[in-house]
Amino acid sequence: MRDRPPIAPTATVKAIVETPVKTWKRVRKFNLWSWIILGIGLIYFFLPLLATFEFSLRAIKGRYSLEAYRIAFSDPAFFRSFGLSMLWAILTIIITLLLVLPTAYWVHLRLPRLRPAVEFVTLMPFVVPAVVLVFGFIRMYGRYTFMVSIPILLIAGYIVLSLPYMFRAVDAGLRAIDVRTLTEAAQSLGASWPTIIFRVIFPNLRVAILSGVFLTFAIVMGEFTFANLLVWPAFGPYMELLGAKEAYAPQALAVVSFLLTWGSIGLLARIGRGAPGQGQIAGAR
Amino acid sequence: MSRESDIRLGTGEAPVAPPQTPKKINWAWLGVIPFFLFAIFFLFLPSATIFIRSFEAPDGSFTFENIISLFTKADIVNAYQASLSISVITALAGAIFGFLLAYAVVLGGLPAGIRTFLTTFSGVASNFAGVPLAFAFIATMGNAGLVTRWMETVLGFDIHATGFTIYNIWGLSIVYMYFQFPLMVLIMAPALDGLRREWREACENLGGSTAHYWRYVAFPILMPTLLGTMILLFGNAFGAYATAYAFAGSFINLVTILIGAQIQGDVLFNPGLGNALALGMIVIMLISMIGYAYMQRRAARWTR
Repeated sequence: MRDRPPIAPTATVKAIVETPVKTWKRVRKFNLWSWIILGIGLIYFFLPLLATFEFSLRAIKGRYSLEAYRIAFSDPAFFRSFGLSMLWAILTIIITLLLVLPTAYWVHLRLPRLRPAVEFVTLMPFVVPAVVLVFGFIRMYGRYTFMVSIPILLIAGYIVLSLPYMFRAVDAGLRAIDVRTLTEAAQSLGASWPTIIFRVIFPNLRVAILSGVFLTFAIVMGEFTFANLLVWPAFGPYMELLGAKEAYAPQALAVVSFLLTWGSIGLLARIGRGAPGQGQIAGAR
Repeated sequence: MSRESDIRLGTGEAPVAPPQTPKKINWAWLGVIPFFLFAIFFLFLPSATIFIRSFEAPDGSFTFENIISLFTKADIVNAYQASLSISVITALAGAIFGFLLAYAVVLGGLPAGIRTFLTTFSGVASNFAGVPLAFAFIATMGNAGLVTRWMETVLGFDIHATGFTIYNIWGLSIVYMYFQFPLMVLIMAPALDGLRREWREACENLGGSTAHYWRYVAFPILMPTLLGTMILLFGNAFGAYATAYAFAGSFINLVTILIGAQIQGDVLFNPGLGNALALGMIVIMLISMIGYAYMQRRAARWTR
């Protein structure tokens, strides 16, 4: 202990004298490493995209052409599956919103005790992977004709997939506005419940809802597991089938699909700047 | 409740306010009923069915046979091994590279615009999975892929002639990494933001070096987030089906692929065993989610 005091000032003085130089050196050195890592990352990100695009142009031997796109887009089954997926995506979005919005609102306003239970439900999709859930669906509902002749199970599966995203988005949106104050203010001005919900709460949640909607749309449009195993002719299974029989058209569809994902999530990032819950945990793998 | 009815005074509805009070409580519960009904019918009951039927022999009697088979039957053990190793590989690699990239972008002195771009791109990439992702990598490193042809023409080296194939666990790992490490970037970037400048200054004032700072301050603080995200990545890869199916079809015998085959036709020739297989997945995912929740709670201590 006796020796300590003389050392401490020296160290401090040394630190003070050396700090600017050290910091400057560190930043410069790390800059180079940062650029190298960023470079590797960008190559890994973009090489597959570039390769897919290049591959999709090679349908005619010896030169680049849009032949693969012509083949892909001239197949009526493409439009049928794409249209069906879109329809199912919209249905999924509507039902998920109907399930999530009132629940999230009430959990914030009246039933905060239910929050753990609701959060547990929205985490369930990660505990029960899509394949396992389909397996359970079929074991349980497979023998009822009405359950398999209309896409109830398919939409149910899509809703399960989108629940976490939608709930997180709406929940974060509700957290950002003061629901209680807004509701009480509206009440004190004599607003009825429909007015409160549709003209006060909803407009304030628009960005949050939209971010959930776009993400759900992107997930459902490319979803493969549920549609394939429940045997519905959605866009995902169509792409996979095409991959088994065609050489270049599948890559053309992959480009289309990527643009779709990029479009919906890029849009989400634009409108929902900082809207949380996006991409935190993944959907259709 | 009564407070809110008082607020309603002065509106036309005020006189009927008192009788409305019990009705409102019902309303509150009604709002959440559809949500929980949906969860019961499409999440809990199917899972419970899998659980119960895992203990059913083909004749319907109770048995532990199916559960025991999970640990003894060769193709099931292999499937679990393949699924677990690919999940561990991509979780580790995704975490390491994702962390480095997040570090480079947040603290590495890169222009600020790059961060915005990379965050947006990571958001897209972490959701770019399934069939199109498989196609993208087939076009990159498949037999006629861009990289394969480039190696042939530029380096004069036909990699596939050496017996090399991308349709195995390592190839699939490279594919999975495409959605794994962007997720790590998305979660780590805000966590690195949370490291306060004061902590570093405090460390330097006490005479600590950069190594000290990372070893004793930053790393312990980031640890729960790192571990939690790794668990998340693990589960992410473990439950994946579409990507593996479209990429390698039946070449790779993952648990998810085996369950898919069991759905399409009883390939195990024992429905009970199929249930046990699915139950095994639920158990592993449940354990990892509990681990994740625990780590998140630990991580939350420092983010306030």
